Amino acid sequence: MDMLQFPANIAAAAGVNFAAIMPEVILSVIAMALLLVNVFINSEQKAYLGYLSLIGIVVTFFSVVSGWGAPQSGFNNSVLQDNFSLFFKGTFLVSAFLTILITDQYLKREECNWGEIYPLILFATVGMMLMASGTDLMTIFLGLEVLSVSLYVLAGFNRANLKSNEAGLKYFLLGAFSTGFLLYGMALIYGSTGTTRVAAIASYISQNGMVLSNPMLVAGMLLMAVGFSFKIAAAPFHMWTPDVYEGAPTPMTAFMSVGPKAAGFAAFLRVFIVALPAMKADWSELLWVLAVLTMTVGNITALKQTNIKRMLAYSSIAHAGYVLVGFTAGNAVGTAGVLFYMLSYAFMNIGAFAIIVLVGRKGEENNNVSDYAGFGFKHPVLGMCMSIFLFSLAGIPPAAGFIGKFYLFSGAIQAGYVWLAIIGVLNSAASVYYYLRVMVFMYMKDPTEEFDWLAVSPSLALCLLLSVAGVLIPGIVPGTLLDLAQKAILM
Amino acid sequence: MLGAYLPIIFLVVIAAVFGFASLCFSSLIGQKKPSEVKLAPYECGCEPVGSARERFSVKFYIIAMLFILFDIEAVFLYPWAIIYKKLGMFGVMEMAVFIVILFVGYIYVWKKGALEWE
Repeated sequence: MDMLQFPANIAAAAGVNFAAIMPEVILSVIAMALLLVNVFINSEQKAYLGYLSLIGIVVTFFSVVSGWGAPQSGFNNSVLQDNFSLFFKGTFLVSAFLTILITDQYLKREECNWGEIYPLILFATVGMMLMASGTDLMTIFLGLEVLSVSLYVLAGFNRANLKSNEAGLKYFLLGAFSTGFLLYGMALIYGSTGTTRVAAIASYISQNGMVLSNPMLVAGMLLMAVGFSFKIAAAPFHMWTPDVYEGAPTPMTAFMSVGPKAAGFAAFLRVFIVALPAMKADWSELLWVLAVLTMTVGNITALKQTNIKRMLAYSSIAHAGYVLVGFTAGNAVGTAGVLFYMLSYAFMNIGAFAIIVLVGRKGEENNNVSDYAGFGFKHPVLGMCMSIFLFSLAGIPPAAGFIGKFYLFSGAIQAGYVWLAIIGVLNSAASVYYYLRVMVFMYMKDPTEEFDWLAVSPSLALCLLLSVAGVLIPGIVPGTLLDLAQKAILM
Repeated sequence: MLGAYLPIIFLVVIAAVFGFASLCFSSLIGQKKPSEVKLAPYECGCEPVGSARERFSVKFYIIAMLFILFDIEAVFLYPWAIIYKKLGMFGVMEMAVFIVILFVGYIYVWKKGALEWE
């Protein structure tokens, strides 16, 4: 079964075709308008920027939905808006929407209420969308840069806070370094095949078989794998993750752990499945090792964490490992599992971070797991929400996390990677320990705090509601979403 | 194939020999009348005042960064100006979009007060 093939019912293949980048155009225009509005309003009115950006995201989402099933290609085939990229664009928009819902309350509390955060989130989303629909290595790289530069600023957004500054600087230095790896890999691929279009790379390799023994091509593939592994935070390229996730403002941590990871996977899948199918035997072995390392390192290190943001950072490394299992399988079930998992991960992870935003207060982030003692009794509804997100992260039915892992691992078994699936399931079992530890504190310890400072703003409540729905509905009736994910990869 | 690069190697060798030889000859046969003014770094007519390792206001960096950003706009306009007759209306519109995007940035910078010195 061929995945991610160039669609047959394509519209307007050559030249300029704005329909192929319509969601990006809409979101960029809105982001620029917000940037202008921001300088003409006073600081009490900054919340309006949040509402305007939410409206912008909804409009863009409609443009994404209306493009479904009608693939568009343009700009001399450097951009392809097929169902695959539309599914990912939907995922990015969902994560940006949920993030903006929890941003306002946090910014007001931490007294860093600068309006620039909303345009920056939107620009980062534009970059992610370009990465998902780029079919030229240069377009993918441009999207990655738009995303990364916005994220460096977002990580260091709380500029009065030393930890946030540290996060921004560390992310910038290591991110720039890894971008170098990715770009060098792309240059070597271009050098050995003479093109940067992903489809043309594949056809060049299939017509000139001897290029496969060219060390330049192999080195290019390896360097690109390193660059993408950094972006998805796969071990052993994950060292930046805990520090950056801990120091960045909590809503931005939620955003960074979901959207850019999904964007990294979108570009990773597109380049490796479409451009380098001839080297599949090589890269699936590489991904096998990466997946096992990432899952194991992420989960074992998370066991020892006492800071909940660091714990979720290591958990997000482990989740990248589970998703790599589906990627390694390389078949339709595993790849559809990747798409399904990234969307449900957006709901469960941002939901969990919304609770973390709530539990903190000015100058006292309350990020230790022990700060959650008795939280479940003091606030039963919020405690139940957190439990649902943690169950989903641990992969316990009936949450979406279970269904996602089920498809990832069954894809691996169908492709013959039985041992990989077994290691994945064992890792998933180990992860239950640290997720349930939070719940032990929430429900089995006596409260040390009154939690009387908690104030759930309407937007935060909406975020929790959407996240719970996004975790439970695909978990109980996964058919619709899985069907969409399968249509996204098999046009 | 590498033979095509032979002239470049010659050029590098000649440049190295010429530079080294001029330094040697001037120190061997040149006249030497050193004075304090001549030996001062950056002999430009002004006497140096204080150390050069001072702290600069961060405003210089902002102005320099903004200069580079808007300078690149001008650089993009040059190749466009050469072929804009061939591009026709399409080229005008594309450049209009580009300039509008930069203009948004300009207004942002202006209203933020990054261009004010005081």
